[in-house]
Amino acid sequence: MTSTLTPAQASPETSSDAAAASQQEITGEIDAISAEYAATATVPETMPRLDYPPYRSSILRHPTKDPHHADPETVELFAPVFGHQDVDALEADLTIAHRGEPVGERIIVTGRVLDGDGRPVAHQLVEIWQANAAGRYIHKRDQHPAPIDPNFTGVGRCLTDADGTYRFTTIKPGPYPWRNHFNAWRPAHIHFSLFGTDFTQRMITQMYFPGDPLFALDPIYQSIVDPRARERLVAAYDHDVTEHEWSTGYRWDVVLTGSQRTWMEPETTA
Amino acid sequence: MTQSPTLPPTPGQTVGPFYGFALPYAGGNELVPPGRPDAIRLRGTVRDGRGDPVPDALIEVWQADEQGRISREPGSLQRDGFTFTGWGRTSVDRTGEYSFTTVVPGPTEGAAPFFAITVFARGLLNRLFTRAYVPDHPLLESDRLLASVPADRRGSLVARRDATGLVFDIRLQGEGETVFLSYPGHDG
Ligand SMILES: [Fe+2]
Repeated sequence: MTSTLTPAQASPETSSDAAAASQQEITGEIDAISAEYAATATVPETMPRLDYPPYRSSILRHPTKDPHHADPETVELFAPVFGHQDVDALEADLTIAHRGEPVGERIIVTGRVLDGDGRPVAHQLVEIWQANAAGRYIHKRDQHPAPIDPNFTGVGRCLTDADGTYRFTTIKPGPYPWRNHFNAWRPAHIHFSLFGTDFTQRMITQMYFPGDPLFALDPIYQSIVDPRARERLVAAYDHDVTEHEWSTGYRWDVVLTGSQRTWMEPETTA
Repeated sequence: MTQSPTLPPTPGQTVGPFYGFALPYAGGNELVPPGRPDAIRLRGTVRDGRGDPVPDALIEVWQADEQGRISREPGSLQRDGFTFTGWGRTSVDRTGEYSFTTVVPGPTEGAAPFFAITVFARGLLNRLFTRAYVPDHPLLESDRLLASVPADRRGSLVARRDATGLVFDIRLQGEGETVFLSYPGHDG
């Protein structure tokens, strides 16, 4: 199979969750795409490829037409507003949602949400969700035979402050198996949902941990074919975030692009 | 002032299969209470390249109110039943169908009214943006974006009417593929 496989050519085995391929085959596909990119790319890619056959579920779910360019108008120039009636401050601590302490490595994850010009995205919603320390989600479709932690749900929310800073206390998630191919494992990650100052900046992504041995094997992470771009999803261990006899700390900043409304102001007021 | 971002953007990733316990919330699909006299249903089915329903997609809608006003009010996650916040989120069901209770947006600043839609799904490596225009509106004729889309694909951006409101189906790939949008500052 090559990266130019069209949906019509995809067999049911490779386009479903049949877990037909080996890790070696998937890694071979990943490496081939990566080598082609290294040899031919002129402008660095910054986003994942929507058409990325090593992630089998993407084969029938990516648009085949290029996106159509739109200049943002009316409602697209604004983002929904969230406030303290939407989000309780306690929701930023995923370790206190239950009666007892969850099992695992307590961590603080903090950083800033910025726009492409480095301006903070202030007072905006950040949502996270994740597996527990054993790699298990509280989700009916998660069949991984790892223990559920009765003291950990794995869902958090907060609002950024005036400086664009978010901060969560949680448990370091474990890696978990999935059915993309035989013996497929996801690197440990926290899912992040982010809003900007306008609709076009809306984004959902995943934050990873430094040095994960599964990076090279994971088609979701590798769907961002530019190595520097995908490293932007990896948090940095930060000893200044780590708290004495309490928690280790990670720092991860997010840059949202799209058309920031403030760019438009000189034109619209001219 | 610069027209291009100076900081490299953070890449997106798929929402994955396990967002169900985290992102949907009670009242997420009720932008207005279902009992309101001018409430309509905005619904549709998400389909893949084979035309099969996608049962694990998440849809968000962001819109003006019936007067074309853009809400700057918080409260989408904890609705008070009175404030129109303009934003909603829902999972599709097992048959790939989503449904919002809302109002038909009116024109803002004389532009053809539309619902701004964001699509997330397992298997979809980054979010997709599109517009669901209000059908039969006199301003559709003069809409700049619609005019820039080839005529045979324009229909994918316009909702259709049914007995309870509006229907906007989303085809991720293949026959009748929805026109998805990129905005300035997006790569591809
Ligand atoms: Fe995950």
